[in-house]
Amino acid sequence: MSPTAISGGSGGTLRFLESTIFKKAVMALTGAILFGFVSGHLLGNLQIFLGPDRLNEYAAFLKSNMEVLWIARTVLLLSVTAHIVTTVQLMRINQTARPVGYAKKNNSHSTLASRTMYYSGPMVAAFVVYHLLHFTTGTLHPEFSPVDVYSNVVVGFQRLPVAISYIVAVGLLCLHLSHGVSSLFQSLGFSHPQHTPRIKAVARLVGILYFAGYASIPAAVMLGILRAPSVHL
Amino acid sequence: MNLTLHVWRQKNSGAPGSMERYAANDVNPDMSFLEMLDVVNEGLITAGKEPIAFEHDCREGICGSCGFVINGIPHGPNKGTTVCQLHMRYFKDGDELFLEPWRAKAFPVMKDLVVDRSAFDRIIASGGYITARTGSTQDANTIPIPKGVADSAMDAAACIGCGACVAACPNAAAALFTGAKISHLGLLPQGQAERDRRALGMVAQVNAEMFGACTNVAECEAVCPKGISVEVIARMNADYLKASWKDRGARKESGE
Repeated sequence: MSPTAISGGSGGTLRFLESTIFKKAVMALTGAILFGFVSGHLLGNLQIFLGPDRLNEYAAFLKSNMEVLWIARTVLLLSVTAHIVTTVQLMRINQTARPVGYAKKNNSHSTLASRTMYYSGPMVAAFVVYHLLHFTTGTLHPEFSPVDVYSNVVVGFQRLPVAISYIVAVGLLCLHLSHGVSSLFQSLGFSHPQHTPRIKAVARLVGILYFAGYASIPAAVMLGILRAPSVHL
Repeated sequence: MNLTLHVWRQKNSGAPGSMERYAANDVNPDMSFLEMLDVVNEGLITAGKEPIAFEHDCREGICGSCGFVINGIPHGPNKGTTVCQLHMRYFKDGDELFLEPWRAKAFPVMKDLVVDRSAFDRIIASGGYITARTGSTQDANTIPIPKGVADSAMDAAACIGCGACVAACPNAAAALFTGAKISHLGLLPQGQAERDRRALGMVAQVNAEMFGACTNVAECEAVCPKGISVEVIARMNADYLKASWKDRGARKESGE
């Protein structure tokens, strides 16, 4: 085409907040915060294997300072909101970017995790809502006790459909993480010929280990390894 | 060998298109893909039909003119080549091939397999100039550039602007192309003076052209005929984020 037909700079008025790169940076930073929570939550939960007293003491400690608790909850809620709102914005941009699709499309290079982020994300979000109603507020729990977290967990997971749905949900979460944890570095502009393959390997390992950790709790209840405290007393 | 082709036929940018079926018989395995289409087109012309339109120029894999999607893969199944350098020996007798143009809002179909890639030209133009001294040639090695840096810049500069990255991307993003253009000058000392302005200008133009947003799936890297790595996308992200940060300060100082 002729050089005269090229008019550069018509996009010069783009505002930083509207750029897709800024939006991806928001996804990366909020994702990192949420990943931090998922990590801490896992370490906290695994204390169930140290016995009811240990877990219940830990739960009481978390609720001991309401100011800190609500600051943490606010940060998480804002992160989740920004993560979801930005996803919807980016999804709209991406849908309009290809109005006519291919009759045949071959995704050869990308991972399953990376292609299913739009599906694993909303399903995990739906699970989080259920999880909060189940173990935090107790609304959907048959025998909820605000102080005895241990028996809440054991009684909750003694229902097979509940335990299975938790395992499926943490599976989706870990699939999401196995892409997200490495992808966030790329979005923030960090890529290195040696370090990036290592980051990707760590992200995959995180996916597997976190799944093993989270799934071990409902699995242990179903297998009878974790029992109601009355049995021990 | 004999092949069945399903080709996207579209009269012009306004008309609706559809997939049409053609037989390609007695194909010589040493032909390039475009030569095979030339033979099919000769048959169509002889039969008084409209030949299949596709873009091409050098047929040496270095100009970036050619390219369409073959069975869902831009430039076809052979890695690191454009369709003009893809030979029929990579296919086998009886294969059914689906040929489609690059699909993106920013790349409107002009006719059959030909798309309008002026959006890429406007992105490059938005990068602006570099303040390089013109006139007689400088002495060699006046500007020291470490070998690794020169190599990385050259890797990015290998981009021929064919558009396969946009075609392969599930989001029709132009991140690999723009990243390559930002990296190739941004890495070199000669490109430093305008590095921020270039990143801001090019990224703004990408958004204005309605390309999608990168989701780091790296489908682009797999089909790039020049093997450009998604590392250039990370460099674009870093340059744009840094430049935006600095730009805010600069605007404040100049009172804008």
